[in-house]
Amino acid sequence: MAKQKKKVPDLNAGSMADISFLLLIFFLVTTTMDVDSGITRRLPPPVENPEMDVKVKERNIMNVMINKYDKMLINGKPGDIATLKEMTKEFATPRPSDETAPEVEVKNIELLGDVMLSKGVVSLKNDRGTSYLMYISVQNELARAFNELRDEMSLKHFNQHYADLTDQDKIDAINKAVPVRISEAEPEAIQ
Amino acid sequence: MASKYRSDEAKEVPAMSTGSMPDIIFMLIFFFMVTTSMREVSLKVKMILPEATEVQKLEKKSLVSYIYIGPPTNAKAYGTESRIQLNDQYSNVTDVIPFVESERLARSESDRPFLTTSLKVHQDVRMGLVTDVKQELRKCGAFRINYSARKGEVVK
Repeated sequence: MAKQKKKVPDLNAGSMADISFLLLIFFLVTTTMDVDSGITRRLPPPVENPEMDVKVKERNIMNVMINKYDKMLINGKPGDIATLKEMTKEFATPRPSDETAPEVEVKNIELLGDVMLSKGVVSLKNDRGTSYLMYISVQNELARAFNELRDEMSLKHFNQHYADLTDQDKIDAINKAVPVRISEAEPEAIQ
Repeated sequence: MASKYRSDEAKEVPAMSTGSMPDIIFMLIFFFMVTTSMREVSLKVKMILPEATEVQKLEKKSLVSYIYIGPPTNAKAYGTESRIQLNDQYSNVTDVIPFVESERLARSESDRPFLTTSLKVHQDVRMGLVTDVKQELRKCGAFRINYSARKGEVVK
């Protein structure tokens, strides 16, 4: 009597593949593999009293202006995107003996010891009519200049490329030694 | 003898077992499920991002809010003048501050200082509009921004 127990029939798993295919196609269609990337910047806090201008010595400033025709002026002379990086690098490299170069201060930074810091600030001004593409190109060239300086500093002190550094303390030290000093002027129309 | 060999030659290739097919597909599914991120807004503006070499990856996507700026996709209805898109609709510059506030409220208090605003701007947009948005962001204290760009060569 007990032997007469009915066997449970096997579940037909033949359509499993079809069901999974359906799901697969759904995820294939909805997926977006793009990683968001971009140039990260910090905006300055709003100016409280606009009349009070911060005085910065002229030798400490590199003026980069872009007009509405996407033409560039660097320190009053026509500039080009191809040479911008080299000019920025030269400007931001501390040169204590050069009277026309930005002032230099010596600062003690952990892991690096006494390091010379340039007080130079890149001042970026653009017109309302400047194209975004041009603006990003300029920002990119400036970022490239500072990144290369950091890389050189990193190679000199740690014998490693800046991008390969994993120790956060070392990264912080380099960031302190080569600060990205880009100042964006309050918006105004330029010719 | 000969007949024996013939029968050997006529033997059929055994059917390939498809039993493991669901497993393989499931593996693929899991891969896509993990890597997928659904698009939460439908773009109403054209979006060709500029290219740059010095791009960094945006970490922590949950802490990023997006502002899209570009010419409308439907030029016949909305013209070609560049517009700002917040969430799912065209907006004015004055809507930026309420947008940032609502984005902040949606995050937990400890995350709020790390909120980044990603500016996704079409490459042909004039800087005037972008500057206006940036000024609004400064006013409401959203200082961390990211100019979205693709990795590539800069157009000289």
